[in-house]
Amino acid sequence: AMLRASLRQVSAALKEGRVTPTELCQRCLALIKSTKFLNAYITVTEETALKQAEESDERYKRGQPLGILDGIPVAVKDNFNTAGIETTCASNMLKGYISPYNATVVQKLLDRGAVLLGKTNLDEFAMGSGSTDGVFGPVRNPWSYSRQYKDKSVPKSHAEDEESNWVIAGGSSGGSAAAVSSFTCFAALGSDTGGSTRNPAAHCGVVGLKPTYGLISRHGLIPLVNSMDVPGILTRCVDDAAVLLGSLAGHDPKDSTTIQDEFKPFELPNLTDVSKFSIGIPKEYHAPGLSSEILALWSKAADIFKNAGAKVVEVSLPHTHYSIVCYHVLCTAEVASNMARFDGLEYGHRSDRRESTESMYAATRREGFNDVVRGRILSGNYFLLKQNYEKYFVKAQKVRRLIANDFVKVFRSGVDILLTPTTLSDAAPYTEFILEDNRTRSAQDDILTQAANMAGLPAINVPTALSERGLPVGLQFIGRSFQEKQLLTVAKWFEKQVQFPMIQLEEVKRHDNAVFQHQKSASFS
Amino acid sequence: KVSVEVLDHLEHLALVDFRDSEGVERLQKAIQFADQLHEVNTDGVEPMDSVLEDRCLYLREDDVTEGNCTKELLENAREKVEEYFVAPPGNIPLPKLEERETF
Repeated sequence: AMLRASLRQVSAALKEGRVTPTELCQRCLALIKSTKFLNAYITVTEETALKQAEESDERYKRGQPLGILDGIPVAVKDNFNTAGIETTCASNMLKGYISPYNATVVQKLLDRGAVLLGKTNLDEFAMGSGSTDGVFGPVRNPWSYSRQYKDKSVPKSHAEDEESNWVIAGGSSGGSAAAVSSFTCFAALGSDTGGSTRNPAAHCGVVGLKPTYGLISRHGLIPLVNSMDVPGILTRCVDDAAVLLGSLAGHDPKDSTTIQDEFKPFELPNLTDVSKFSIGIPKEYHAPGLSSEILALWSKAADIFKNAGAKVVEVSLPHTHYSIVCYHVLCTAEVASNMARFDGLEYGHRSDRRESTESMYAATRREGFNDVVRGRILSGNYFLLKQNYEKYFVKAQKVRRLIANDFVKVFRSGVDILLTPTTLSDAAPYTEFILEDNRTRSAQDDILTQAANMAGLPAINVPTALSERGLPVGLQFIGRSFQEKQLLTVAKWFEKQVQFPMIQLEEVKRHDNAVFQHQKSASFS
Repeated sequence: KVSVEVLDHLEHLALVDFRDSEGVERLQKAIQFADQLHEVNTDGVEPMDSVLEDRCLYLREDDVTEGNCTKELLENAREKVEEYFVAPPGNIPLPKLEERETF
């Protein structure tokens, strides 16, 4: 069961020669092919992946692997630049755009020998919470095809099958979450601006880490909101997330918003005593629309900490209610600015209009952007108009400070970590999700995640339990700035307490149980 | 309600069109939504540009460390001549509202 192993386990297997990077890569590529219906990948870089795996083979043979990531198959969200590989942001605007450079985080992965399998699907330009609004179609949550979900769903008629009641993967990094969840890779990069890594992580039952703003370089990540974007890490367990973090964090001279403090990669301790910790439960996160299931799970989690001796206190983040509105204004304003670079002149789609520069730009953007993107650009421009600037944009910046201060006050009062739900409910069926428009959906779904982006704090989704429908539900931990080690230590402890079940997918079992040449023992399942 | 002049102005600034009444409705709703901000008392609160405002920006030496990548940069452009990106003539404003197709 090599494919279902954790990153650290499979890395050990590579080191011990129980499997070679090429074999591993081939398995993953084959699984990607047979799970194509998930639509998790936009581009699969088969040739280059096999080449990278071959080079890794050589290094292992010489006994000189580059490190724990050498030979590990990974996937990257399609809004990160990857040299020589198409980067589309799931938009017509960038179809056919071949990046001339690697994003810093991509370069770091490649420098450590990781094998890049492909670029994953997302909402167009990372705007959305379902991974349903990209030009390559929606991503399907692998759990739609799990034994757990199928056992719980009652077919309404003999004609209705899994074709019509598949559930969304969450977004906007749905492709990355689905790729990790379906075992086609051992880790994936996502991005997180308002919850885009944590939300799909919760829906797909994987670990989704949003690092502190300024810890990981954004150079090469096509920007949405410069003051909130961060690269996100998706893995199957918290220890693996720590490994990725260790490889990616640190100052980058190419990104002036990365802090200059030295980052020391860490291994997570196996915490047994949580009595020193103070866990805060923000009462405002009992948001309207929160399912009773998740509320109960959240409460149960608080009890787990309480029973283990931790101090669990109710706290208040009074401006939570306004964080979505504030985010809405700041996000659209920064988007309006960031999307201005797409004019067809230097890269991307270009319209055939030639009467004037302006008409060419306007037509290019009309043809290249979907409704969601265009809507946000227009709203953003409205809030930035001279007559609106103070009233909306500056006002939102002031409210942002109030929101950030709410967290500062709570952490200053002695709370170490906040425990909240990640999503309002388990994954919705696609047919239901698309009944509401993108903006409404995002406003509803982002409510639990985006305050962490406003305040720049690290946050992580830990898969907790299955819902009544057999779908994953995760809980979120929010930590202090740059205290990822503490955050992940607590998250790892919690992960151990809840023992989230492994997804049972027929497809994966078939690929995984095939015999490996070098495999001496099949001891991971 | 947003005036037609403002809608037109926005289309010019954004170089993106509303396309139809649905697009205009979307903006109306977005503004309505944002108006909730005014319920918050922000007297004496400074606007926050960045969560890293307490830190100094990294400054590096003013040395050229990369460049000479003209070929790569031109690769992705559709219309170019020698080492130039080719644009249609500038300084020609978009047609006035009455002459355009949108909303």
